[in-house]
Amino acid sequence: MSARGASVIPPNIGDYMSALLGVFSLVLFFLMIEALVQTGVINRFIIPAPSEVIGSFWRVIREENVLGRFLLTASECLTAGVMLTVFGIAGGVLMHRFKLLQQACETWVAAMASAPIVLMYPLFLVIFGRSAWTIIMMGFIAALPPVILKTIEGISSTRKVLVNVGRSFNLTATQQFWKILFPAALPTIFVGLRLGLIFALINIVGVEFLINFGGLGQLINELAERYDLAGTYAAICFVILVSIVFFMALEKAERWLRPVE
Amino acid sequence: MTQDPAATLRIGPVGLLRVAIMLVLLTVWELLAHSGWLYRDVVPSLLAISRALLDLLSGRDYYFHLGVTAAEILAALGIGGFCGMIVGIALGANPFLSNAFESLLYYLGPTPKIIFFPIMIMWFGVGPESKVALGTLSCFFPVALSVAAGMRGIDRVLIRVGNSFRANSWQMVTKIYLPAMRHPIINGVRLGLGVALIGTLLAETKLSNKGIGFLIINAYSTFDMPRMYANLIVLFVLAIGANALVGRFGGLHTIKRL
Repeated sequence: MSARGASVIPPNIGDYMSALLGVFSLVLFFLMIEALVQTGVINRFIIPAPSEVIGSFWRVIREENVLGRFLLTASECLTAGVMLTVFGIAGGVLMHRFKLLQQACETWVAAMASAPIVLMYPLFLVIFGRSAWTIIMMGFIAALPPVILKTIEGISSTRKVLVNVGRSFNLTATQQFWKILFPAALPTIFVGLRLGLIFALINIVGVEFLINFGGLGQLINELAERYDLAGTYAAICFVILVSIVFFMALEKAERWLRPVE
Repeated sequence: MTQDPAATLRIGPVGLLRVAIMLVLLTVWELLAHSGWLYRDVVPSLLAISRALLDLLSGRDYYFHLGVTAAEILAALGIGGFCGMIVGIALGANPFLSNAFESLLYYLGPTPKIIFFPIMIMWFGVGPESKVALGTLSCFFPVALSVAAGMRGIDRVLIRVGNSFRANSWQMVTKIYLPAMRHPIINGVRLGLGVALIGTLLAETKLSNKGIGFLIINAYSTFDMPRMYANLIVLFVLAIGANALVGRFGGLHTIKRL
């Protein structure tokens, strides 16, 4: 992943050719599916023709209030993101400040990161009801471990020389944190936040789909239950596009924050 | 680290704090269960959860469902891991292909896979096949990306050694590439296992009549909260254990984190 960030070498003709191959293969793949569906080799009640899916894009956007749904999912993501930033970073700072707490709990947080937390959604349904809070809390809890772990990592790996500069200026513990440790840890903390936000988005859309409530996830579920095949495929493509744009934006923000080596 | 005698002394307070945190959490839980602040059974007493846990583990039924889910996850890991490995090796070995297709995998990888479930149902039916398919789809991406990155990270010297021995392609793969990529492969499999497990189980909670996911959603729909907690506890222990096992088996603890 980090290799992508280092692409400062200007692209040559080979890069353009390979990018073209990627696009060309995708187009060819969809043309092939179109031909197979049109000739009846593939059942159109299982896989709709790509042209039909493209045609239903506008219909889904117009009739299903996609903008409203998108804003709902985005607001859920934003709320989970704010909670992640506040509680995740605070948790990481707290654990770094009290070493004993870190030694006792860091493995627990790491274990939580590898646990399938999203499967607790029926429990959240019982606690918060079938509401947006179930979805937000699910996204928040599932995305919390990477933010905490990366905050600890960022603060712990502050260069010794920076800490010593702070000491030589006789900074208080609070000043040392705000002037030295926190700014130095910020790029690593943002890596954690980026991972956290990706997890939050995945879980939020997933739970929306599973509990049939809310924004974009519910749209797919509804269209599938109506057996609107082309609409379902179009909605899935739309969610994937939204996710990809979201990841790209986060990546750009992270690159902007990363110090120049 | 273990050689340091001070380290053995430090275990004391850490262990004590862990026990204290656990005790505080369990006490708060028990108090909450008896307080009546929440709806009855949302926070069942620890005794009720233990009883449900015992019932669950002593019943034969649970092992049947566990077997179904385990088989689905293993099949997903097998198919998705194998395909991911092939694609990863191809992308890692060929910069041209990597430039053409890797960004596609890179951005498709973290999208929520559960939304593909309606398509999987249409393609593979409502049985275990659609769950395996969703698990496979989830597992493919992390394995492919990890193997591709691992392939590019192989020490050039090793490849030159292989070439100077005039190893053929098959020998290069089995004697040089695969042993040199052991850690990225195991890491990919570990990530793949995690997402395959989530994909399969989520699919089971959405639509199925067997498997652990079905048991969880069944406990929810009958509002048998102690049983649901018991199911979640066992599942979490198994998932974290399987993750640790793959990491240890692959010797991940012997290398530093990337």
